[in-house]
Order: sequence, then structure tokens, then C-alpha cells
Amino acid sequence: MISGLMGRKIGMTQVFTPQGLVEPVTAIEAGPCVVAQVKREAKEGYNAVQLAFDPVKRLNSPLKGHLKKLGLFRHLREFPVADSTPVEVGQVVDVSIFKEGDVVDVIGVSKGRGFAGAVKRHHFAGGPKTHGQSDRHRAPGSIGSTTTPGRVFKGLRMAGHMGHRRVTVQGLKVVQVEPQRNLLLVRGAVPGATNGLLLVRKSIKGK
Amino acid sequence: MPLDINNLVELKPNPNIAAFSSGDTVRVSAKVVEGDKERLQAFEGVVIRVRHQGISSNFTVRRIGAHGVGVERTFLFYSPRLEKVETLRQGKVRRAKLYYLRGLTGKKARLKEKIVSKRNNQS
Repeated sequence: MISGLMGRKIGMTQVFTPQGLVEPVTAIEAGPCVVAQVKREAKEGYNAVQLAFDPVKRLNSPLKGHLKKLGLFRHLREFPVADSTPVEVGQVVDVSIFKEGDVVDVIGVSKGRGFAGAVKRHHFAGGPKTHGQSDRHRAPGSIGSTTTPGRVFKGLRMAGHMGHRRVTVQGLKVVQVEPQRNLLLVRGAVPGATNGLLLVRKSIKGK
Repeated sequence: MPLDINNLVELKPNPNIAAFSSGDTVRVSAKVVEGDKERLQAFEGVVIRVRHQGISSNFTVRRIGAHGVGVERTFLFYSPRLEKVETLRQGKVRRAKLYYLRGLTGKKARLKEKIVSKRNNQS
């Protein structure tokens, strides 16, 4: 059984439960993905499938050769499979691998925030707003002592690049699955911007 | 074809919701869960705003409760808990969001009734 696939974030909306409660959901256009390569313990040293997603018109020659006659796709990602799973190159994986009530993990690239200060990046409080302060309003404060230790400790939270990194959100509930439209609704928010690439997999922690 | 977030979920209009707009006095019947029982609760007041947002569309009704305390309730158009909306009186207003009513009390907080000609009313 292939445990995940790729998708595109559509955006967030709401759905009503039969009880009339509102559930905040993220819509994901998930799949269809094509199996591009099967990796086996005997040959590659581990078991995985490489899936291809999002058809494109042009692609460079090495990738065309790799995909052979499967079509041209923008994204290739690997998903682990069990040793015994029968998988063939060219096999299509779609959202029907999930059903309502499943718990999934969603992986994406978070929105880039650029070079962000310590207040935004680490929720520092900043300096006092009044009492004669100048240039201290969003300053990070002291970053260490004096001659002892005479250096700044590694890992100290400071300003720097924020966002645009791989983020995994675990344990999201599947609210709706529509294989005809390749539509997947999961409860809650998901990393990244609209149209961003997402990996959706069965939750590794289970229910 | 790429999916569009704005018409992703099918909207099923509730036939029991009468047409109304800001300034109208309406009676809203909504299901309320009390313990393990469900019953209908009516809320009557002036519509002070209508927000069109697809499945999340909602409207806010304001009324003056006990001791002159203003009470506002927001209802979701497409909620299965919303049973019925009746229009009792059409108000004559010049804007869509009647937030200014919050600052007014007593006689000042009244709205003139809209005179609707019979011909228009029937169509």
C-alpha cells in the first residue's frame, strides 16, 4: 500500500458537520500521481516508490529519459513502502487511498518571511515603548555576558531568515475525499502558500 | 482544470429563508441544543449587516434585550441549524452596515419603514 501522495494547496474554507458545527478545512488538490520508479532493498538498499505529480509541457532531457513514456511531470518525491507491496512503474495513485476519518500528516514549505527580527521570528517582547527609549523598541536585548564566557553561545535565538523551510503538520483529520475532483479536505491549517506543493501521507503516529 | 476555493463546496440555499436586507426586522428560528435535547429558539431584531462569503455567508441581528442591553447574534446562512427566517418589516436605510445603531438608544435607534409599492411587492 502506498502511504501518501503529492498535492497542491487550494486554500481554506468551512464545512458543516451533520450536527451543524463548523469545521475549518484546507482544500488540497491531491494527485493523481504516477509511479515513476520502484526502489527495492536488493538493488537500492531500501524500499520506496518515487511518485511524479503535476504535468508540464517542457522538461529537460535527463528527466525526460527518467520518466520514459509516463509523461512529463514537475515534481518527483519518494514515499516509503513495505517490502512486499506489489507496485509497478506507471501505476496511478489518487486520493482514494484516503477515506473520511483517516488521520494524515501534511508536509509543505512554509511561507518565506525573509530576514526577520527577533520579535517576529522568536516572539521576543522587544524593549519598552516609553520612558525615553530610542532605537530599542524591537531590539533583542542582551545576547550574553562579558569576558566569561567571552563569546556568544551557539543556537542563541537572534534575527535571521524566517520561513521557507520544510514543515510537517501531524495528525490532521480527513474530512472529505472526492476522487472525481482529486479533492481532499483536511481539518485545520497546512503549511505554505496557495498552489504550494504538499505531501500528504498516512499519519506516522496513527490514530 | 484547477479547483477554485470560492466554489468548492456546494451551496444549498435554505428555502425557509425569506429574502431580506440590512435594516429589515426579522424573526430567526434556530435550533439550540440543550443537554441532549434540541429545540427551536426564535430571535427577533434588526439586521445590521449581511456578509456574502460563499459557504461562510452570515448576517447579524440586533435587538434590545432586558434593561436596555443590546444583544447581537450572528447566524450562518448555510448552517443546518438555521431553521427559518421571516421578514417582519422592511426598514429604510441608506447604508449596508448599520453599525451606527450600536451607539443609538431609544427613539433615535428606530428605522423608518420602507414603503414598498404593491406592484413591486407582488413581483
